[in-house]
Amino acid sequence: MATVTFDNATRVYPGTERPAVDALNLHIEDGEFLVLVGPSGCGKSTSLRMLAGLEDVNAGRILIGDRDVTDVQPKDRDIAMVFQNYALYPHMTVADNMGFALKIAGTPKADIRARVEEAAKILDLTQYLDRKPKALSGGQRQRVAMGRAIVRQPQVFLMDEPLSNLDAKLRVQTRTQIASLQRRLGVTTVYVTHDQTEALTMGDRIAVLKDGLLQQVGTPRDMYDTPANVFVAGFIGSPAMNIGTFPVLEGYANLGRARVAVPRNVIASLTEADKNHITVGFRPESLDVVPEGTADAFPVIVNIVEELGSDAFVYGSLTNEFGQAASVHSGAGDAQVIVRVDPRQVPGKGETIWVKIRPGEQHLFHAGSGVRIAV
Amino acid sequence: MTPDSQRLQITAASPDPALLDLPWHIPLEDWPAETLAALPRGISRHVVRFARMSGRVVAIKEIGETVAYREYELLRQLSRIDVPSVEPVGVITGRRDPDGEPLEAVLITEHLQFSLPYRSLFSQSLRPDTATRLIDALAVLLVRLHLIGFYWGDVSLSNTLFRRDAETFAAYLVDAETGDLHDTLTQGQREYDLEVARVNIIGELMDLQAGEFLEEDVDAVAIGDALAERYRDLWRALTETESFGYGERWRVQARIDRLNDLGFDVGELDITTDVGGTTVLIQPKVVDAGHHSRRLMRLTGLDVQENQARRMLNDLDEYRAATDRQREDEAFVAHDWLTEVFEPAVRGVPKDLRKKLEPAQIFHELLDHRWYLSQQQQRDVPMKETVKSYVRDILPQRPDEQSILGVQAGDLRDTDVIPRVEDDQIIG
Repeated sequence: MATVTFDNATRVYPGTERPAVDALNLHIEDGEFLVLVGPSGCGKSTSLRMLAGLEDVNAGRILIGDRDVTDVQPKDRDIAMVFQNYALYPHMTVADNMGFALKIAGTPKADIRARVEEAAKILDLTQYLDRKPKALSGGQRQRVAMGRAIVRQPQVFLMDEPLSNLDAKLRVQTRTQIASLQRRLGVTTVYVTHDQTEALTMGDRIAVLKDGLLQQVGTPRDMYDTPANVFVAGFIGSPAMNIGTFPVLEGYANLGRARVAVPRNVIASLTEADKNHITVGFRPESLDVVPEGTADAFPVIVNIVEELGSDAFVYGSLTNEFGQAASVHSGAGDAQVIVRVDPRQVPGKGETIWVKIRPGEQHLFHAGSGVRIAV
Repeated sequence: MTPDSQRLQITAASPDPALLDLPWHIPLEDWPAETLAALPRGISRHVVRFARMSGRVVAIKEIGETVAYREYELLRQLSRIDVPSVEPVGVITGRRDPDGEPLEAVLITEHLQFSLPYRSLFSQSLRPDTATRLIDALAVLLVRLHLIGFYWGDVSLSNTLFRRDAETFAAYLVDAETGDLHDTLTQGQREYDLEVARVNIIGELMDLQAGEFLEEDVDAVAIGDALAERYRDLWRALTETESFGYGERWRVQARIDRLNDLGFDVGELDITTDVGGTTVLIQPKVVDAGHHSRRLMRLTGLDVQENQARRMLNDLDEYRAATDRQREDEAFVAHDWLTEVFEPAVRGVPKDLRKKLEPAQIFHELLDHRWYLSQQQQRDVPMKETVKSYVRDILPQRPDEQSILGVQAGDLRDTDVIPRVEDDQIIG
């Protein structure tokens, strides 16, 4: 087991100017499950491949434990890429399928058997060890493949979008399996995904990347409650946060007819680049449906209601009463907001509802830089 | 056809209407035997089936939609840059069963005629060095892929098909699912690919031993290690910088000759001298495989494997000497060799025996046979006689290799359905 450290690690592809990964600093604790997440092209897979030794590190270092592995060949890094290859050998028993890599490495027979049995116990495969793979179910076969990585007892597991190949149902199931297995094994794991739900549900901590730059790293709760900038705010959470940029007048962010009080110290911290504007974010669940005419409320025209049983979400459009409607966006698009409503009191399509941001539940960001303003 | 079938989305470079006749509304695993050409051997990550379509055979793989499109594109790129790989036919998405339940997307590839999966090579009786020759072919393929910047991610014998190439084999990439095309590969990517290859090959050979297709005393680990060694030697020969004194400029041509000998053409060679001009450095920048096959193609229009071409070019040289035409234009002599030697020989093989081997491979064997007969009879046996003897005594004994796929659809012993253990609950 070991920690993993990216120390100003940088990857510049030949012929490009902008680094694919730009001075990444990240320390992953021993036994931690860290998820690298971000939109495509953000540098998450490149970061993982740098750790695996598949991409050159042009500047900075990568350490596994205290060992600098920046220039160490992939096979000598004591890591395992899980899931890349799980074709099983039909004539070998499950035990041999799990242990053959150790046999190649010259591990003594008794040791191989002990490690295979230990892995089988963790994977609930003990009673199948002497069977052939074709007698196993799909899920069991996948676990045999995982067992192959486990018996090697690597310092770090690396997983690059391991679920992208599976259908939706199996994806949710395997997601839970991997997370619980990782906790039982306690092996440091770095996991790459573009799916923020996967990241939130699996990771001890999440690192969000964009354009090769680390945006924020923290627990799922940190990322959700105190996103460090507008990008993270919009990326983490489903449905996504509603985000808009508004002028600041007399101590309030002016949302057309509605107003959000902005604390004095926040106003004092605005910079020239902000041009006297502030970016306000509010999650769908931070809105209350209120009677028309309530102070600081604004109207939303209901386009669709998504009923999920325990929750219901209104996807609605804004009118220009809400400042410049087009300056607001959400997961549903520009000039659209998402509101969580009481699933037992669902408005009809086409109806107008009035909503108000719950006091203290707004997120404030610099309009210029997008950086969070501490309240 | 189901009412939902019009929602099928077919992406193909040159769509064959016969694609629509296949039963896309049935999960691949349950396709009726009459549609199938064969069942593949072994266990794959995905369900794979071979089906007959418009008189040819296609391989169909059920796989996630994004991955299917990705692999289709990669295979198209690979065939465009002339890397030996299977030809993609298309991707089909939007499949539904009669109840409207969505089915997995499929990737369709052309079956490579006269290709041999490694498992079938081991179940035929073969010379003991087969494994070594397969490894050599795979090393050449891997070097070629790495030279063009292709990272395979899952190199193995199962992801490769082999075609006979004179006394050797030529390897083709079959599965590009884990691959990536880069401008150039890092050393780490090449080394990782090589390590995956080594471990996979050893595993596959151990599996053959477990199934008693391969002698227990064959050293699987040594064969896997041999791949890495072969690869490294070839990579060095093709890419290494060589330095020598200004007076030894003949070494430039020697290097080019050596690469030609390995079957590669030099597209671009970097030549630099040091400041004083006393030392010359050369490094091949662009090398293309297929030196001999390209030359034969230019002279005769025949499209054959590298070592088959080498063999035929040698025969052409002999023909030229024997007919005393060394001073004539090579292209004219080649044309006469084609019409007077190659074509009559190959045409001498009756139609029903042509499924055995490719024409170029038959010609290679004819040359071997002629040598053997001449030795035996202590005279120059003419080709006509050689063909007669070969067709009578040798060829009928050979298996049909035009479409060796796996298990015939009627013969289900190898993949017989064994009742599956119920998928147990999520662990943890």
